[in-house]
Amino acid sequence: MKDNRILWRGELTTRRTLYKRGFGYLSSGFLWLMIFLLVPSILFIAVSFATRGEWGDLVWKFTWENYQRFFGFGYFGWAPDTLLIMLRSIIVGFVTTLISVIFSYPLSFFIASRPPRSRYFWLTVVIIPFWTNMVIRTYAWFYLLDPALPLAKLAAFFGIIPEGMPLYPNEFAVYLGMVSVFLPFVTLPLYSSVEKLDWSLVEAAQDLYSSRIRVFMQAILPQTIPGLGVGIILTFVPAMATFVVPDLLGGAKYMLIGNLIQQQFDSSRDWPYGAAVSMGLMVLTMISLQIYTRGGKEIEIL
Amino acid sequence: MKTENKKNLIIQDVEKSFDSVHVLKKVNQVINSGEFFTLLGPSGCGKTTLLRIIAGLEIPTSGKIILGNEDITPLPASKRQINMVFQSYALFPHLTIYENVAFGLRSRKINPDEIKRRVENGLEMLVLGEMRDRLPSQLSGGQKQRVALARALVNEPDILLLDEPMSALDAKLRAQVQEDLRNLQRKLGTTFILVTHDQNEALVCSDRIAVMDNGHIVQCGSPEEVYDYPCSKYVAEFLGAANMITAKRAEGGVDTEFGFFYLDRMPDWNEGLITIRPEWIKISETKPERNGLYATVDDSVYRGTNFDLLLSPGNLRVRTSSYKHFQPGDKIWLELTASDLVALGE
Repeated sequence: MKDNRILWRGELTTRRTLYKRGFGYLSSGFLWLMIFLLVPSILFIAVSFATRGEWGDLVWKFTWENYQRFFGFGYFGWAPDTLLIMLRSIIVGFVTTLISVIFSYPLSFFIASRPPRSRYFWLTVVIIPFWTNMVIRTYAWFYLLDPALPLAKLAAFFGIIPEGMPLYPNEFAVYLGMVSVFLPFVTLPLYSSVEKLDWSLVEAAQDLYSSRIRVFMQAILPQTIPGLGVGIILTFVPAMATFVVPDLLGGAKYMLIGNLIQQQFDSSRDWPYGAAVSMGLMVLTMISLQIYTRGGKEIEIL
Repeated sequence: MKTENKKNLIIQDVEKSFDSVHVLKKVNQVINSGEFFTLLGPSGCGKTTLLRIIAGLEIPTSGKIILGNEDITPLPASKRQINMVFQSYALFPHLTIYENVAFGLRSRKINPDEIKRRVENGLEMLVLGEMRDRLPSQLSGGQKQRVALARALVNEPDILLLDEPMSALDAKLRAQVQEDLRNLQRKLGTTFILVTHDQNEALVCSDRIAVMDNGHIVQCGSPEEVYDYPCSKYVAEFLGAANMITAKRAEGGVDTEFGFFYLDRMPDWNEGLITIRPEWIKISETKPERNGLYATVDDSVYRGTNFDLLLSPGNLRVRTSSYKHFQPGDKIWLELTASDLVALGE
């Protein structure tokens, strides 16, 4: 007869008890998700098919119009403005992630190579920005990019901007702000992988005549994939949807999907359209996560 | 595989310090082309550091490493015709066995036909043909070790370095692998340098053994030389059990607490230690002509192939064949033959 008892955290138990107990532990989180994620999401889907009333109120009349507008079929023929904004958001998310990854590698190797005592100091330095509100942090760039300070003066010296102008609003300032916001999201999980790195693989690659690039690609990258994966997910998805940074540092003309959604719920008072755009973003997020998990099988959350 | 290019390795005044710790102190050693050379010592004696310096993974604080006629000290590991089998094997977990073995050849961009030929050869030589498409995680310890060997050897290095390659294997497999390794080395004629703390492994495999202590090579010679004629108490004890007797120089031999003993090779000191291996002490019913000692059995331990006897006076250890049984309290005559007694240096 097959013994259906299994070992769980050092005690013998049956699958049945385990399920029971498992659900017990799960229920609080499950309840939370049900109330604050699933229910609003369903409401959202409903709203995205509703009609905007004349005064910006919700009228519960079924329509496809919001999605038609999303795909660019408006009153004046096909103009895919929303899709272009979406594409731009993807590009901003991608570039922000890429720059953060490129900066995070040397940074996490630097931290991991410090002696244990000062390592925590450097980790704290990376984390400190988290303790400040993102809006305040973004406003801080206004001061750093002020025309009186070296950064703007340097740019003016090379003729990139006219003399006496601040280094914002423009695309460069947006990326500066974005990377400064999202860098820790890549650095911290990457650091946790780098810290556990098996250096003998690096040495083996060197011993086997590898160039520096080959050492990185074959010995370091495969080992840091778990941390890198977490970092990419934590950066790409929120970076795509962010609205504070592009709003403040990109100027009024630089619109991303987050700004568009915010606008619908705020000044435009078009909740149904805002809901439809949100749904578009959600689907996009799920598609990119799907592509991602298919690409890298083992993603380990910290 | 290789015949002509004889390249001796010369270690010249090599020193290494990590911060304030002096790990290697002026090491000088010549390792001949085609020999199986072993660095033997306890952990922390500097043997692994010396190996890593030869590999190019560590830079010596001072001194030179010369291979053939070329000073290779400034060359990084990736530019040296020297390959290493790591203690953890360090196989690339995301690559198949075939790709692991081909790794070094691909790094050097050797043409694909040649890579295929050499990898196939290597896999065959180490009986890994069926494993080619597996990942390292699907292999046993012994198989991983063979992959690590194949991965290093397909590059046809001048020197193969082995960093405690057997520490992860169980005792039975270890004995087998030691023989295999020795045979492989004889067949290829490549210089092998092995680092180990297991004296048995060193004795089985090596042409020459260098015993290391505290950053020095204290004795270097064939397994027989270092085992039979240890130069110091440290070497004698590291290579196996040894009886130590304090002695004073006398005419034709030494005076000890057990009386006078003849020696074949006279010591160069006036007071010091003489040693004899437990298995060399002869037991007899009657008083031997020379170098006899009357003793009482204190304890007798059965070891299957032999008995280990503990005797007084002097806590002497004697290894006897197991057909003869002794009980505590038995009184026997021992003969410490003049040719087997070795006077130790300082």
